[in-house]
Amino acid sequence: MSENERNAGYIKDVENAKNKRYKSLLRGIVSALIVLVSLYLLQRLLVPKYVDDVVEGAFIAEYYGEEKDFDVIFIGDCEVYENFSPAMLWEQYGINSYIRGSAQQYIWQSYYLLEDTLRYETPDVVVFNVLSLQYDKAQREAYNRMTLEGMEWSAAKVKSILASMREEENFLDYVFPILRYHTRWSGLSGTDLEYMFDTKPVSHNGYYMRVDVKAAQDVPQGRILADYSFGEKAWDYLDRMRELCAKEGIELVLIKAPSLYPYWYPEWEEQVEEYAFAHGLRYINFLELGEETGIDYATDTYDGGLHMNLSGAEKLSAYFGSMLSEELGVPDRRKETELSSRWEEKLAAYEAEKQEQYRYYGMQP
Amino acid sequence: MLFTSYAFLGFVAVLFLLYYIVPRRWQWGLLLGASYLFYALAGTEYLAYILVTTVTVYYTALRIERNADRQTGYLKEHKNELTKEEKKAYKDRQKSIRLRWILAGLLLNLGILAVVKYTNFAIANLNGLLHAFGKGESRQLSFLDLALPLGISFYTFQALGYLIDVYRGTVRAQRNFFRFALFVSFFPQLVQGPISRFGDLSQTLYAEHAFDKKTFSFGLQRILWGYFKKLVIADRMLVGVNALIGDPEAYQGAWVLVGMFFYACELYADFTGGIDITIGIAQTLGITLQENFERPFFSRSLKEYWRRWHITMGTWFRDYIFYPISVCKFMQKFNKACRRYLGEAVGKRLPVYLSSFVVWFATGIWHGASWNFIVWGLGNWAVLMVSETLEPLYDRFHQRFGAGGKAYRLFEVVRTFLLVSALRTFDCYRSVPVTFRMFGTLFTARNWNILWDGSLLGLGLSLLDYGILAVGVLMLVSVSLLQRHGSVRERIFAKPYPLRFVLWYGLFLTVLLMGAYGVGYDASQFIYNQF
Repeated sequence: MSENERNAGYIKDVENAKNKRYKSLLRGIVSALIVLVSLYLLQRLLVPKYVDDVVEGAFIAEYYGEEKDFDVIFIGDCEVYENFSPAMLWEQYGINSYIRGSAQQYIWQSYYLLEDTLRYETPDVVVFNVLSLQYDKAQREAYNRMTLEGMEWSAAKVKSILASMREEENFLDYVFPILRYHTRWSGLSGTDLEYMFDTKPVSHNGYYMRVDVKAAQDVPQGRILADYSFGEKAWDYLDRMRELCAKEGIELVLIKAPSLYPYWYPEWEEQVEEYAFAHGLRYINFLELGEETGIDYATDTYDGGLHMNLSGAEKLSAYFGSMLSEELGVPDRRKETELSSRWEEKLAAYEAEKQEQYRYYGMQP
Repeated sequence: MLFTSYAFLGFVAVLFLLYYIVPRRWQWGLLLGASYLFYALAGTEYLAYILVTTVTVYYTALRIERNADRQTGYLKEHKNELTKEEKKAYKDRQKSIRLRWILAGLLLNLGILAVVKYTNFAIANLNGLLHAFGKGESRQLSFLDLALPLGISFYTFQALGYLIDVYRGTVRAQRNFFRFALFVSFFPQLVQGPISRFGDLSQTLYAEHAFDKKTFSFGLQRILWGYFKKLVIADRMLVGVNALIGDPEAYQGAWVLVGMFFYACELYADFTGGIDITIGIAQTLGITLQENFERPFFSRSLKEYWRRWHITMGTWFRDYIFYPISVCKFMQKFNKACRRYLGEAVGKRLPVYLSSFVVWFATGIWHGASWNFIVWGLGNWAVLMVSETLEPLYDRFHQRFGAGGKAYRLFEVVRTFLLVSALRTFDCYRSVPVTFRMFGTLFTARNWNILWDGSLLGLGLSLLDYGILAVGVLMLVSVSLLQRHGSVRERIFAKPYPLRFVLWYGLFLTVLLMGAYGVGYDASQFIYNQF
């Protein structure tokens, strides 16, 4: 074999090796892309969409699609998202408000939702419902999920997850929800495919509308507790919420919604009153304002006194709206053109759902 | 840290990365650090136990080897000066010193194992005796609050195997203490074996390993296959097993057969899955561990099954208990006496029965400090001894009826599976009286209809779960059949890349989507962790 032939052979070998390397690299990149894309699609398919039966898990995420210049932000559990109607507050008082509520939202989650909200805007007033002071640790993983999954990733979300996780939970399951919902494949429905990438709004500025009626009857008395003191963790987060609001110049208003059940103990009331008094906070217990709000538990609740229906929520909002505008000076913004036009759309959707629900429940508006 | 936890996967991923980044001469040191970290995460209070075993066995082995070396040197030096008798007397003296050392090492470490693992079992039995002799509650002994250190049975046996090997001169003692510490504590096998021999493991454990794509990917594939067995099959079957053994009174008759089958499959998938993960992790690190299974459910007899199931434990008992007992002076005298008084035919068998009895008693109690394990061990012993005694009869039967065809071999495989599964029910119910009672109901409760009337869906498993289990078990059987013709991974490796990708990624997705893990599933540790 001549020198030239040997050189040509060597060059060919080098080129072959080079091609093999490129081929291998390309194969690796394509495989990685297939893996990543397919896992992403699977995850989107498997996570619950919260658009059908249990819609409460969708509320928290809806906030991020809003123009964020709200004057009043409600935070808390079902006692805020079912009992106050931002649409009514706008219609009657021109108050631009939003409810960052979720099912059994714990106080530390409320605090981190406040932190999260402050990343985007600084409202004049934050309204916090005090029922969640009774909890010092998370009760159910499902409730954690419904609050935490909707939050966009931020330091607040990470801290909220870490503060909320129960023993059986794992942080990684929040980062990669497919690990949590991997078994949902056997129960997938058309909805999962339909709302794989985009979802439909299920609340009205965080308000969950129900027009049906179930009168409150035989509301059970609270069982006797061994200790009525709120836990350290609950107080700590209330302190942090108060301090954060003070630092940002936000008026923090504590409320107890007029839900008859879960039972609100006098001992709890006493502790909240003392706290509010000691720190100069406004505290309103709507359970004691039945006459003023006009709540009628025979017509204004849809589940026997646990939550207000539309009628109850609108009555409560009408009363609270006047307090917000007159006593707390929350501005009437109905003259702002852009905002008004946004609200026009929202009110139309609000009205449409109202009518749809009346039809569904066979009720007269 | 459970093998099935995210923390473990993270731990292993970081280790893989570091292992191939650090200079190769540091690799074994990194493994030692990782193994001790793994052990400390299980409970820092357990570190003392493994350290005591490591230090004492290391030191004892060195003393034994030094003595043996000194003996060799002395005899060589004084080869021409000593008479034959003087040499023999010197050798006997030295041997007796070495014997004292090894006995000290064995007694100390077996003593630790016995105390932490068997004290409460002994107390329970003593209390039972006191009660039987009418001593009543006043004389009952209190149980001790003893926590069982992670993997103590495995690392103790592995360390003592090494000590005996050094005593026998089959391996040289490891002079580097830290290297020896790695041999005892190597984390993947610490939890459930395999029980490695120093001569085998040291070949690759301390070697420097360059990253090899094929070896690494083969290791990952083995890990994935292990997780498939554990999470998709074993932990799903566990739901049914727990329902059946949780309420034995409600699940009698045909349910016992269902339980037998479920438990056999669960145990197989759980234990072999765990070993696959262990061997796979070692392989990704370039370390070769001995195989622990060789398709045991294809065995045609119980004897063959025990050669193919938990191989490293079986060979450990054979080499370090059965053989020494069989050739010890007492057994030789016993052998002679038996032959003299009972005749050649019976006399030659009795010493084998006795040695085997000791081995099977030890095997039983090694699995757990309770009577059900002892009865299970002795049940195996009884079947094996009867089979061995009747072997000439079987041979004549086979010759007479020409048994040996495929159908007969299949019959033998099924028979062995049923026999093994039946014996395993002692392990499953964890109570000897309950196991016997449940077996009794097989003949009294006439409820065979539960096999087809939908009752099986009441065990907490849906139709879909049964479907997954059926496909999973079919996959296990298919892979086992393919393994008879060589490595399945090698065969897949020879296929075009797209096909390989689809196969392995498909398996990954199967584990991801069908695995019984996360919230809603109780994290279950591997069954053999408890031993």
